Amino acid sequence: MRTTLGGGAETMSPNGFGQAAALRVEAREQVAENIISLTLADPSGNRLPPWTPGSHIDLILPNGMARQYSLCGNRWDTYHYRIAVLREPNGRGGSEWIHANVDEGDILGYGGPRNHFPMVPAEQYVFIAGGIGITPLISMIEQAVRTGRSWRLLFGGRSRQSMAFLEELERYTEHVHIAPQDEVGLLDLDDWIPGLDPGTKVYCCGPTGLLDVVESACRKCPPYTLHTERFEAPAHESSQDRSFILKLQRSGIELEVEPGTSTLDALSGAGIGIISSCRQGTCGTCEVPVVDGIPDHRDSVLDEVDRQAGDCMIACVSRAHTPQLTLDL
Amino acid sequence: MTTSTTPPQSFSRSDIDPYSLDNLLDRSRVQREVRETAPIVYLNEYGVYATGRYDTIREVFADWPHYQVGAGVGLANFHTEKPWRPPATPTETDPPEHDAPRRVLTEVLGMRALRRLREQWTEEAEEVVDRLLAAGEDIDAMADLASAFPLKVFPDAVGLPAENRNNLLAYGDLVFNAFGPQNEHFHSGAARLTELSQWVTTLCQRESLSPDGFGAKIWEASDRGELTADQAPLVVRSLLSAGIDTTVHGIAAILHAFATNPDEWQRLRSEPQLARRAFDEAVRWASPLQFVFHTTSKRVELEGVELDQHSKVMLLIGAGNRDPRRWDDGDEFTLTRDPSGHLGFGMGLHQCVGQHVARLEAEALLTVLIDKVSHIELAGTPQRGVNNTLQTWKTLPIRLTT
Ligand code: FES
Repeated sequence: MRTTLGGGAETMSPNGFGQAAALRVEAREQVAENIISLTLADPSGNRLPPWTPGSHIDLILPNGMARQYSLCGNRWDTYHYRIAVLREPNGRGGSEWIHANVDEGDILGYGGPRNHFPMVPAEQYVFIAGGIGITPLISMIEQAVRTGRSWRLLFGGRSRQSMAFLEELERYTEHVHIAPQDEVGLLDLDDWIPGLDPGTKVYCCGPTGLLDVVESACRKCPPYTLHTERFEAPAHESSQDRSFILKLQRSGIELEVEPGTSTLDALSGAGIGIISSCRQGTCGTCEVPVVDGIPDHRDSVLDEVDRQAGDCMIACVSRAHTPQLTLDL
Repeated sequence: MTTSTTPPQSFSRSDIDPYSLDNLLDRSRVQREVRETAPIVYLNEYGVYATGRYDTIREVFADWPHYQVGAGVGLANFHTEKPWRPPATPTETDPPEHDAPRRVLTEVLGMRALRRLREQWTEEAEEVVDRLLAAGEDIDAMADLASAFPLKVFPDAVGLPAENRNNLLAYGDLVFNAFGPQNEHFHSGAARLTELSQWVTTLCQRESLSPDGFGAKIWEASDRGELTADQAPLVVRSLLSAGIDTTVHGIAAILHAFATNPDEWQRLRSEPQLARRAFDEAVRWASPLQFVFHTTSKRVELEGVELDQHSKVMLLIGAGNRDPRRWDDGDEFTLTRDPSGHLGFGMGLHQCVGQHVARLEAEALLTVLIDKVSHIELAGTPQRGVNNTLQTWKTLPIRLTT
């Protein structure tokens, strides 16, 4: 099946540089029981915006669901993103849909990358992963290796078969402790958290239960030792590339932004020139003020507070959740 | 852009010296020579590759794994030469070391911080302009406006003490000279090198910075472990070296642009919403930052030329910003143009993190000038300044008519 979203999924900027609102699935691989990895690329072969370990992208599915997935590929490969998707039968349906429908060649909408789980400099790192929580950590490990920091990983999961990236971790056996529940039971943090050397940062990602346990185990550590990531459902579910009406308050113009056209291009088509630069949602040049309506933020620039405030948006990539958006232009 | 159209090593060479006095005073000859000779030109004088083509420069910016900044963004190659000061961060660091400083700066200079400053800076601009207009019509726009305004608002925002701010300009001038060869222009400033570096190093310490500015925010980030304690002062320093001179000369460029293009000033006055576009067009047209260097991380092919590992590639921003392959009438300053995608703030991973600050400063100043000044014209012959990297004015006599 071929899923197309975002119309042509590709618009060309006036200067001829491609601007992707979508990603093409280059490869789909089974990496563990119930986990597939997807390798994603710009449909027209352009480079993708750079990212840092801990970053995620929003995948926007044709049914309007937006789901966040940590990037777990090689950041030095500027043409590809890789994510891993766990099939969650009791989830909200996004991962089920991906497992059931997504195939090589499909085109999916996306937003980001953004990083709410950035890796801070440290003397040494302790990584704790539960199940699919390994995904953001795998690129952090790579980074720790590259910068010559010492690190250890405690990786728990239901069983070996359900744990992704074991093969990739094989070359680091002396740093890695694999603890499948069906072999050794629940994760035992006693050897990991108490008595950490000063200058150690703990990065933990996994199910809520694990995060809670690690949080309480770290209570006696110096402040800012523990870094966790909890995936939360985006505030707005429906993020399809549908058309919406743009009202320009000051100039009194009203125009329709079609799927496949960016807000920025719609504006410049109407003679409202907004300065842009990267056209990938990474530099912030094309910010426009929003006075009414709810933006569908897909940039990598705005932080959570700005996004929630909803009083501005990044016009080169972002769209609208509401049928209308009023800009102070 | 790595297609092989010519056999490797058949690259063009040039004897032109981008750093000779003549060529620093008037950049057009170097821009044209490098850009029009070939996509990649080897500069015999300095043993570096150079490009002045828009697409090629963009390619180098975009391909950050292959073209790095850790070996210096100036002519000196840190693989073989010792830097004169600890490399700037994040400007002269590559991933992964680049990540944390860049992230902190992005946050400190983020949208919310700037929105808070908008009103305040417009008021300050009003004060500066009113004072000037009260004193008479003819001014040296370089000293009285282009330096005076940023030198007030930006150091305030960073949280620097009020004394000796002119030293910041001298320091910046020196830093940007040091990105070129150690020629007379470098040596003329270098006498103050030790003194000014020490002074700036002191300014970057927590104790020198007021508690509510950008500088204090950077130190707070290091308290939270987002930067190391060693990185914090270097990140503050990057604000001081990259945030002053470039903005000053950017603002001088737009004043010069309007003084020499009176119709465009009238147009801006009738369409004040073009202020942002005007500033970016001035940055494209004048390119305050003329040259920047990247260094190959491994053997790589660019425009059919094989570049060895650790080769320096000189990017002629000023040439790319007027490349006729990309811009119609690139030598013209015009508000009709959409200058989007110009290279004046760089592009990609290392794109200027302070660009929104610069735009805001310019916008505040222009907004006030639009309101109060009906004509801007030259009141004498402007004199170029000389700097190895920056395109500057030494004096810019203009007349402001209310
Ligand atoms: S142009 Fe860079 S974020 Fe839109």
